[in-house]
Amino acid sequence: MLNVIKIALRNLARFGRRTLLTSTLITLGIVSVLLFVAVAGSFKAMMISQFTDAVLGHLEVHRKGYVASIDTLPLNLNMKPSAVERVEQALKKLDAVEAYSSRVKIGAMFSNFTETTSIRINGIDPQAEVATTPMLPGRITEGSKEGPVLKRGEILVPQLLARGMNVKVGDTIVLVATNRDGSVNGKTFTVRAILESVTGPSGRDGYIHIADARELLRMKDGEVSEIAIRLKNPAQLDRVYAQLSQELTGTAGKSGNAGTAATVNQSGDAGMAGTASKGGGGGGGLEVHTWADLSPFASLARMIDLLTLFIKIMLVSIVLVSVMNVMIMAVYERIREIGTISAIGTPPSKILSLFLAEGLLLGVGGTALGTAIALAVIYALNIWKITFNFGQQHGLVLSPSIRPIDVVIVAAMVVIVALLASLQPAWKASRMDPVTALGHV
Amino acid sequence: MALICGEHLAKTYRAGEVDVFAVKGVDFTINAKSFVAFVGPSGSGKTSLLNMIGCLDHPTAGKLTVLDTDVSSLDRRAAANFRGQHLGFVFQDFNLIPVLTVYENIEYPLIMVQNWPEEKRRKQITRLLEAVNMSEQAHKRPDQISGGQKQRVAIARALATNPQLVLADEPTANLDHDTAYRIIELMKKMRDELGTTFVFSTHDPKIMGEAEVIFNLEDGRIHPSTGKAVANHA
Repeated sequence: MLNVIKIALRNLARFGRRTLLTSTLITLGIVSVLLFVAVAGSFKAMMISQFTDAVLGHLEVHRKGYVASIDTLPLNLNMKPSAVERVEQALKKLDAVEAYSSRVKIGAMFSNFTETTSIRINGIDPQAEVATTPMLPGRITEGSKEGPVLKRGEILVPQLLARGMNVKVGDTIVLVATNRDGSVNGKTFTVRAILESVTGPSGRDGYIHIADARELLRMKDGEVSEIAIRLKNPAQLDRVYAQLSQELTGTAGKSGNAGTAATVNQSGDAGMAGTASKGGGGGGGLEVHTWADLSPFASLARMIDLLTLFIKIMLVSIVLVSVMNVMIMAVYERIREIGTISAIGTPPSKILSLFLAEGLLLGVGGTALGTAIALAVIYALNIWKITFNFGQQHGLVLSPSIRPIDVVIVAAMVVIVALLASLQPAWKASRMDPVTALGHV
Repeated sequence: MALICGEHLAKTYRAGEVDVFAVKGVDFTINAKSFVAFVGPSGSGKTSLLNMIGCLDHPTAGKLTVLDTDVSSLDRRAAANFRGQHLGFVFQDFNLIPVLTVYENIEYPLIMVQNWPEEKRRKQITRLLEAVNMSEQAHKRPDQISGGQKQRVAIARALATNPQLVLADEPTANLDHDTAYRIIELMKKMRDELGTTFVFSTHDPKIMGEAEVIFNLEDGRIHPSTGKAVANHA
């Protein structure tokens, strides 16, 4: 076999310019695909972590019907204490859960004593919330990031609202909210900090202490609007989702693939499956949602995956056409040579393997070079720290990275396609009649 | 002892709508270790006969036995195997593999056709290079040597696997007379040293005189007065 490879290598070198051109095409294709996978993948991962680590958590539990009406933040669809306790018990049993945070969500009026506007407020336990969404303190643009993110009587104001209402850290503001019974209540708060907005749902919400939220709404018992959950390993999302759905609703939910699929394919079907509850405590069933069910970015993530697929298909086409072209030419130009080696007794299988080896080497060479260049560029991009803006977020640092498995898959794909592209010309060469081949002019 | 035996051997080609009768029922016998020439003008059937003897083509009719094997009905794979094990070929255009050196061209059938161990290969190639006087050019590529040298390499390649029969189709057609004469002499010397049977075709009257047995082909038939050993060589 080594001799076959040696002869194949020399044949490739014999048509150096053509070999170089084809290898360059394959190399460029590989570089494009790997860079796209790395950059788009990093962008996706970064945006997902923006949602999961700054706002949503990986999973959320609501009372059935709450998410469908989430725009109105319906207080009558809050989870009752018994349901909350049930959820907490279920979460404690799951090793994969790192932290969870109970939230009371309120639609309120925000007044700086001269102007009034509407605001969505999350009542949170600061410690639990930071454990669940650890990027929350990082969103503070004005005000100290040191110490507890929030104390009682304090509010974190979203940046756009603070700018519009001309509110600064240390100012006093008033929140006015209507409770479940229809009575209007107000409470003053000191602005603890200004929060950077995050693209997506709840990205422009304010935060107050959960006890203050309950006081504002005059809640007597420990009702909760949602429970956000953070996992130790996001790749376990599907499994935990299924377990939690089973535990809370009696339905296992629809489990997709781990990793990307979990972040992308969990919308719709998965949510609906989780919704099919047998009825939880607290006067209604519970439903479990993944971050993808709650964020419109899941569609964007799906588009990124689709684009990656198209780019891969283009790469396959480039490799297929270019290698096939080269190999057809190689066979056509070497008909007499094929006749000679056939006449002196070279078995058809060896002639086949000789041409297959040429195609394979073209693929392997282009792939090796392309992979090396792509990895070098990815390394360089990480050194140069390229920044970009996404929605209201500015200066996001692009940190492209690629999983070894992705490199292996793309490389294997190209090599296999190169081999397949050489198959027809190689087969033709091996079946050639030696007399006809020797007589070819 | 007959090495090759053709009985009523015929070959017909289809050229468009017309049947071309290249070989018309010839009978011949070629003994082992002989130095044989098929002689005749273009289109007389020399190449068709050599192709059939070399298992590159099948006869349309008749029987052809080479080395006690009926080669008339060998399939493609069996024919390739037979050629690789028992036959050597020398071509008019030398047909060396351009990407391989002289040494590697001779080595090619020992690797790709028969699987000789390296040391045995090295000894055989060194011996053949010396025999055809090409040791100095062993590491040159075909495009770096002359036509006569290329044909010497081709003869060495044909002899590499120690075949019992070497077939040479117009081996001197692309060479000047002196070189052609030396090539024929070399082939004869190889026959004497190794006992290999050489069968070649030619239309050059000066070269054909070097053969020990001559078959005159004309219009697909062997002239009845030929096929016997020429007196001064027998």
